[in-house]
Amino acid sequence: MSTATLTPSTVAPAPPSPSRLRVTQARVIRSEWIKFWSLRSTVVTLATAVALLIGIGLLASSMLDSGAAAGGPGGGPGDLGPIDASLAGLTFAQLAFGTLGVLFMASEYSTGMIRSSLTAVPKRLPVLWGKIAVFATVVFVIGLAASAIAFTGGQALISDGAASWSDAGVARAVLGSAVVLSGYGVLGLALGALLRSTPAAISTLFGAMFLLSGVAQLLLPESWRDNVVQYLPANAGSSFTAVTQGADALGPWAGLAVFVAYVAAVVVGGAWRLKRSDA
Amino acid sequence: MPMIEVHELTKRYGAKTAVDSLTFTVKPGIVTGFLGPNGAGKSTTMRMILGLDRPTSGTATINGRPYAEHTAPLKQVGALLDAKAVHTGRSAYHHLLAMGATTGVPRARVDEVIDIVGLHEVARKRAGAFSLGMGQRLGIASALLADPEVLILDEPVNGLDPEGILWIRHLMQGLAAQGRTVFVSSHLMSEMALTAEHLVVVGRGKLIADVSVAEFIEQAAHDSVLVRSPRAAELHGLLAAPGVTVLSVERGAFEVTGLSAAKIGDRAAAAGIALHELTVQRPSLEEAFMELTKDAVEYQTVGAAA
Repeated sequence: MSTATLTPSTVAPAPPSPSRLRVTQARVIRSEWIKFWSLRSTVVTLATAVALLIGIGLLASSMLDSGAAAGGPGGGPGDLGPIDASLAGLTFAQLAFGTLGVLFMASEYSTGMIRSSLTAVPKRLPVLWGKIAVFATVVFVIGLAASAIAFTGGQALISDGAASWSDAGVARAVLGSAVVLSGYGVLGLALGALLRSTPAAISTLFGAMFLLSGVAQLLLPESWRDNVVQYLPANAGSSFTAVTQGADALGPWAGLAVFVAYVAAVVVGGAWRLKRSDA
Repeated sequence: MPMIEVHELTKRYGAKTAVDSLTFTVKPGIVTGFLGPNGAGKSTTMRMILGLDRPTSGTATINGRPYAEHTAPLKQVGALLDAKAVHTGRSAYHHLLAMGATTGVPRARVDEVIDIVGLHEVARKRAGAFSLGMGQRLGIASALLADPEVLILDEPVNGLDPEGILWIRHLMQGLAAQGRTVFVSSHLMSEMALTAEHLVVVGRGKLIADVSVAEFIEQAAHDSVLVRSPRAAELHGLLAAPGVTVLSVERGAFEVTGLSAAKIGDRAAAAGIALHELTVQRPSLEEAFMELTKDAVEYQTVGAAA
């Protein structure tokens, strides 16, 4: 098809009615929804996260049934209860969803897409809110479904001492898994906005999840080690999903509050950078 | 009246001043060229107009308001900043769909702009696999999405084949003829001379000229006249006057600056001197541009033989 023959009059045959054209938060959310689902990498990472969450949960449950590690809830260190076993994939899923969150934001910078996004929405912050709304919702829904499947499937594999939905702490553990997954997703997204670089944001996310607690164990004096460690992001987050609280862990709701506070702080930082810095 | 107004716009990066107190107005109905050597601050200026970069000082407004304060920015301005402002993993169609969704641009319009720029056959392919020319066409499509009053295009002919260049030239002139404001940057004077009616010329972030293309060519360099005559030496003496330079080229021929061809012919006729040649030598546009910006080139080529 030859485009050189187009006459100027065909340039804009049917201009959209100008009165209806305006940027709204709902429309930006819709735009982010389209962006999210139109990348193949998104679908692949989501599938990976779900596979990790369910697969590892089922694997851990089946091993629990072999009897070797069966200790029941609140057993000795290293032992998993039936609920924890079925949700053993949570940490890996957190990594996958967190990474996807980083990619969702930081790839806008690495590809240059951010300039298009901010030209369409020059007030900028609605783009971040739109991304958070889309991503938190998607991860929560998928995370909840996957956690529920992992729990149900896991318990089916445990013939002896399997937990049921009506047991204390089960609903919180499953729902909490979805909340915490969503939180890590948003944390990754906000780190992407703050650091504007995929490698930097992923390293920071992984560091916060795995290294902080280890470093604290190594470097802090024993007298106040436990007091500090329980407030670290990963520890606070897992307090919320834990069925039985360890002696040195926060209660579930305190844990949730601390975890949400970390995520919120990074979101504020990301919003500040997005709004203030040249794109 | 759709218009771009830039006032005392300045951008500094540390000690380096990229844009230095630029003031100019881009009017509707014509194509205005934004001309300057590479590194003159053209892209930075365009990014500040669109609110992507924050000016150190000064203001830039579109139709009287900063770009970010419009309710439908895409309807005000369509911009092509660089063809790479696209996620490489997303198809052209979904890129445009997502862009338009922010402002409520209907799906049908997305298909329409894809047809306008001739990307129909590749619209569902990953934008990362696009050639530079296809990327430019996608950029133009997103600029046209909401049928904007103002178009800001940064080096739109970059990477286009001759057919594409011709197409974009007609497109820009057509948009201007509809009363829109078209502001297009280039480092090629020859391209601007064919496309633009008015020029804003910058060098090292400073305004060098804000003139019509015709004026610019006249201002930048003076025409000279090549005269050939069997009585050259005699005529040479007749033409001498303050402000007139006569330069011998070869035996029987010389070049005159400061006198029109008509005047030279009249004087020769009055003295009964035959002329064998009387040719106006117009400097090329590129020469005119280089003449004007020679002091403002960021990285001057120093004698290659050194």
